[in-house]
Amino acid sequence: MAENKNTEAQGSEELLEQRETAGLSQGQIVLRRFVRHRAAMISLFVIIFIILFVFTAGGIQLGTAEAPFRIPGWWQWTINDIPEFTNFGEPTLDVFPEFIDGTGVQIGAHPFGQDTIGKDYFALVMRGAQQSITVMFVIGIVASIIGTVLGALAGFFGKWIDAIIMRFTDLIITVPALIVGAVIGIQIGNLGVFMLALFLGLFTWTGLARLVRGEFLSLREREFVDAARVAGASNRRIIFKHILPNAMGVVIVSVSLLMSSAILLETGLSFLGFGVVSPDVSLGLLISQNQDSFTIYPWLFWWPGLFIVTIALCVNFIGDGLRDAFDPRQKRRITRKDRERAKSEKKAA
Amino acid sequence: MFAYIARRLGAMVLILLGSTFMIYLLTAVSGDPLEELRFSTEPNAQYLIEQYTKDLQLDVPAPIRYFLWLEGVLGFLWGDFTLGIGLDGAPILTAMSLAIPISIRLVITATILSIIIGISIGIITALRQYSRFDYSVTFVAFLFYSLPIFWVAVLLKQYGAIGFNDFLEFPTITTEWIVGLSLASGIFWTGIMGGDKLRLLINFGVSTASTAVVLFFISSTGWLVEPALGPVLITVMAVGVALGVTQLSTGISNRRVTIISLAMAALTPVFYFVMQPVFSSEFDGALMPLLALAAIAVGVVSGLVFGGDDRRAAARTAAIVAFINAGVIVLDRFMQSWNEYMFDVAFGRPIRTVGDSTLDLVGDYWITGIDAFTHLLLPTAALMLISLAGYVRYSRASLLEVLNQDYIRTARAKGLNERTVIMRHAFRNSLIPLTTIMAFDFAGVLGGAIITEQVFGWRGMGTIFNQALQRVDLNGVMGVVLVTSISALTFNLIADLIYSALDPRIRVTK
Repeated sequence: MAENKNTEAQGSEELLEQRETAGLSQGQIVLRRFVRHRAAMISLFVIIFIILFVFTAGGIQLGTAEAPFRIPGWWQWTINDIPEFTNFGEPTLDVFPEFIDGTGVQIGAHPFGQDTIGKDYFALVMRGAQQSITVMFVIGIVASIIGTVLGALAGFFGKWIDAIIMRFTDLIITVPALIVGAVIGIQIGNLGVFMLALFLGLFTWTGLARLVRGEFLSLREREFVDAARVAGASNRRIIFKHILPNAMGVVIVSVSLLMSSAILLETGLSFLGFGVVSPDVSLGLLISQNQDSFTIYPWLFWWPGLFIVTIALCVNFIGDGLRDAFDPRQKRRITRKDRERAKSEKKAA
Repeated sequence: MFAYIARRLGAMVLILLGSTFMIYLLTAVSGDPLEELRFSTEPNAQYLIEQYTKDLQLDVPAPIRYFLWLEGVLGFLWGDFTLGIGLDGAPILTAMSLAIPISIRLVITATILSIIIGISIGIITALRQYSRFDYSVTFVAFLFYSLPIFWVAVLLKQYGAIGFNDFLEFPTITTEWIVGLSLASGIFWTGIMGGDKLRLLINFGVSTASTAVVLFFISSTGWLVEPALGPVLITVMAVGVALGVTQLSTGISNRRVTIISLAMAALTPVFYFVMQPVFSSEFDGALMPLLALAAIAVGVVSGLVFGGDDRRAAARTAAIVAFINAGVIVLDRFMQSWNEYMFDVAFGRPIRTVGDSTLDLVGDYWITGIDAFTHLLLPTAALMLISLAGYVRYSRASLLEVLNQDYIRTARAKGLNERTVIMRHAFRNSLIPLTTIMAFDFAGVLGGAIITEQVFGWRGMGTIFNQALQRVDLNGVMGVVLVTSISALTFNLIADLIYSALDPRIRVTK
């Protein structure tokens, strides 16, 4: 505990902290802190890798299900191919070298196996992961734009504008996401995951709006806002140029958490049959289709689940790293190495 | 204050009207309730369509039909409350009154358990900030947070139920498992305790060895098939509970309180023998709350009478000790019926994967209690894994925030010991921001857990909602929506009120 340390050590820690942030802009400090958050950095690399891997492997399919326009990926099968069964549909992926299990490292024809009718499961999982990532970003973008703008307006103008926007927020909160999914499924049909995510985004901005409003309520009372107003800045300029950059930390952190819950939302909806529907695939749908055959074809269950968990976990860690980076009260852990370096520098000086 | 509450309630009614109208329209455009019939080749399809149209007033456009529905709901003002009938012709109100208790049973256990366990773990990680234990718990919490519940549920069914039931056929734990589990428990407890290297080693050795002994005992005596605590073990546990609770509440150094709690522990075996005839197979479950109250009363009275200067602390401590120990006695009684349940009711496969209770179960209070437990176990575990993580993170952050406050420094400067600083000054204040999250969680309880209910085949509100939405059964959807939105708005209000009551800096009547 900090209190048990002697004052000298504490003093040097504060010095250390101050010296590290001296002469840096807020953005640079945040960036430095984020880069130092090991879990967040690893997650960032993993997620970039997954995104590149998934989109290049499966290719990109645009347009509707009836008239698809596709850019082929480097993987040999697509989700519509039904190749012959090889290896009884079991995964051919083998990551253990020869001296462990007798067979060498190999990818094989169907690394993730084949589903019950023979479709290549790798292609299906890649397509599903694409859908999940698309949903994640679309919901994140739509919800953060709506939430930020409405929260900013409510917090900045207050009074009746605030009252109306906040009651509207309360109204939207009560709408279950399942209903949104059902409506989109029927009315818009198979326009694909993009429209689904767009509409879900229209209903998931409420938490963000409340946070941004709270932030604006406190920021608009600050001196720099008065200064801007005296200098003749318009309301729009004050909101977007003066207050919003200061509230950006809250927005970014909250959006990253929103994105991780968006993935789980889409998979949950698809699992219940209200999200992505057959013949298109999503990770939730794959699990839903194969949950009963767990004992016979366990790989049909493991792969989509592992992708959901990995993506959601990485986004959560990135969010955690961002929160630590933006929180000025967050003290970095002073390691022994830091202390020794500080001591040796002191001696040298 | 009252003006504020009245204003909020007024706003609540308006929001309810708006949200139910919106959801009604959204659900109405989500599909055609008669679609199946229109494509049906049954000879009476045409007749059925007409019948449904008449019963459900489907010829009225949805925006106007909403007001017909609203009229039925507002009927409670003049004693004519109705939620309409579903597509199957049954009144929604009846279906709801059956489903609500099931949903509450499913979610409330999980919520309460995850609050208690989550906050405890969160506090320990905050006190051991930046330790290996902290990092591992953080990682595990994030992992749980990222799990889709339906995925966890399938895994739990496979390994928690099917695997465990298979294991129960020959309930001997293999040596590899004993070694593995003991080492895991040793690492876990060492992480929680902390300390210097020597203490770490001692803690690790003691906890590993004791886990191994317990596991060996469980394995060699077939305890899982015929579990029992017995008077000796109950006494030992009672003393442990007494010392533990006293340590957390006033510290063992407070002799008087310690002696009173130990007296409570000493009473436990006495009550164990007294209660055995009462806990017969004719025992009426309605008496259970009374017994719990009696146990608390014994604790409070003895604390007040013998407590001396520390009367209130003694009463509090003794009441908690008495309550927990009474629970241990009840637990033992349930264990005595386990064998009968396992072989007569469950045919050797006690952990259930589907359903909320065994159909047509005939049995006394103890058997039905165990039946509820075996059905609850898996869904509760699945729900807990996911909500636990949130509580761990929030309570950790909240306690760390409080520990940086000036009043904690003051408390330490006054020379208070660490236990008082943490338990009395820091812990209580760290709970204030958590009330909001708890209130939201309890609001969610009423809505049930749609996915969990679906996977585990519970017939709660989530199932009603899901099925009604699939069939575009407007009245069914609206029945559930009404309950969930009222509870969400109410708990929102309650959270604000509690918050302002706990934290005097916050004024609700701004």
